[in-house]
Amino acid sequence: MLGNINWADIGQATLDTLVMLGGSLAFSVLLGLPLGVILFLTSARQLLANRPVNMALSFAVNVLRSVPFVILLIVMIPLTVLLVGTSLGVAGAIPPLVLGAAPFYARLVETALREVDKGVIEAGQAMGATPRQIVFGALLPEAMPGIIAGATVTAIALVSYTAMAGVVGAGGLGDLAIRFGYQRFQTDVMVVTVVLLLALVQGLQWAGDRLIIKVSRR
Amino acid sequence: MISFQSVGKTFARAPAPALVDVSLEVAPGEVFGVIGQSGAGKSTLIRLINGIERPSLGRVITDGEDVGALDAGGLRGLRRRVGMIFQHFNLLSSKTVAANVAFPLKVAGVPRGEIGPRVAELLDRVGLAEHAHKYPAQLSGGQKQRVGIARALANGPKILLCDEATSALDPQTTEQILDLLARLNRELGLTIVLITHEMEVIRRVCHRVAVLDAGAVVESGEVAEVFLHPQHPVTRALVADAAGLVAAKGQGAGPTLRLTFRGAATYEPILGRIARDTGVDYSILAGRIDRIRDEPYGQLLVSLVGGDVAEARARLIAAGVRVEEA
Repeated sequence: MLGNINWADIGQATLDTLVMLGGSLAFSVLLGLPLGVILFLTSARQLLANRPVNMALSFAVNVLRSVPFVILLIVMIPLTVLLVGTSLGVAGAIPPLVLGAAPFYARLVETALREVDKGVIEAGQAMGATPRQIVFGALLPEAMPGIIAGATVTAIALVSYTAMAGVVGAGGLGDLAIRFGYQRFQTDVMVVTVVLLLALVQGLQWAGDRLIIKVSRR
Repeated sequence: MISFQSVGKTFARAPAPALVDVSLEVAPGEVFGVIGQSGAGKSTLIRLINGIERPSLGRVITDGEDVGALDAGGLRGLRRRVGMIFQHFNLLSSKTVAANVAFPLKVAGVPRGEIGPRVAELLDRVGLAEHAHKYPAQLSGGQKQRVGIARALANGPKILLCDEATSALDPQTTEQILDLLARLNRELGLTIVLITHEMEVIRRVCHRVAVLDAGAVVESGEVAEVFLHPQHPVTRALVADAAGLVAAKGQGAGPTLRLTFRGAATYEPILGRIARDTGVDYSILAGRIDRIRDEPYGQLLVSLVGGDVAEARARLIAAGVRVEEA
């Protein structure tokens, strides 16, 4: 029944997926979090309201978000080579994954910050806090459950993006499913990879939910 | 301590100005109340004091500084000397009570080692010592406002601004918070500016009051004077809610007078004695005996019948009772 399964291949593909996911998630958060904070702070009637900056960033985010990931993967090849020295394999997949996911995460961070009671910002202003002190001392801690929930959603989106990374030979579970499960009609390979991806998504959601419960004090 | 000099404030996109030609003086160590209905401009007025809003016209001087002329750094320096509490408390839900109170100390760059003892002292002052490690969600409204007060006092301000600080609280809790504010005013010499739409709040703690309507100060003065002898229709409406001294027209047989007793006279048997001596009979149509801050007062709406009414009036005035036609 599982005659076509090469467990060594499955293991390697799982590892590739996890490396791509971990690497791209880390950089997406690293870039998306500050971007989201700046999008929020520069928007109308906020602490550092700045229409030109906000419009420029918002436009860039929208452009990146509107390019289908498969296309992004290809048009980014020159930039990817510049960044990591190759456009192939797991390393070659991470820059496009980050550029696809970071703007998405930035929007989620921005939304989480909007949910924070604006009285908290006013209280910070009234005690003479600098915008920086308000961001680190009040805004980010208050928005933490939303920021973590956003990271969970982003991680899950990244899992499906990694399936497309096979286009640049990055490997991973999705690539295995397409090349063997679909193109060679090996249904058993398809089933196993899908089950593994499902388990991965479930695990991510569970971990995210646990973390949110831990930081929620409302 | 705080001075408003012909202050006007207009918001972009707003049809009418929020404040019009407001001039006020708040003396050091006094509790100054600003009362008005919602939309009267109270919130804008209090936010001009610590520069969260900037005046469009005129000047606001707080603790010797022209608020409108300060740069961002100067404004932060001023705000560290002016505490503020809010209707909805505005606490950090993600931090403990102690961490909430510690926040302004960190903001002001107080050395780490001094923060702990200072927080303990502040929580003790507001009666929350045993709740230091709870989160705001675990506290009652009154307790949350006490945290707000401890936080506002953290950097030892000379001025405390109260933005509808008791409006979200039940009457009993309101009373406790007002008692605490009155105590802080006495013990620390704290100058307090509070805005409210409730005359009861003004009556309990304020020395002086300004009545705000449609962005303009329509009446101001000593609380007892404004409360007992309101002149402007808006003030009358606000006071009527609190005092309940509204008699139906045509009640009573004779002339109707409003008698106001203040201080020790409140408890003297003046009315009975004068009625006996002058042969005037009286019926009380409405009345209230209470206190304004610590001063007792009585205000009665009486209808006088028979006897020498003119003599009764003269005797009442001689006894220190204020007599007005009702």
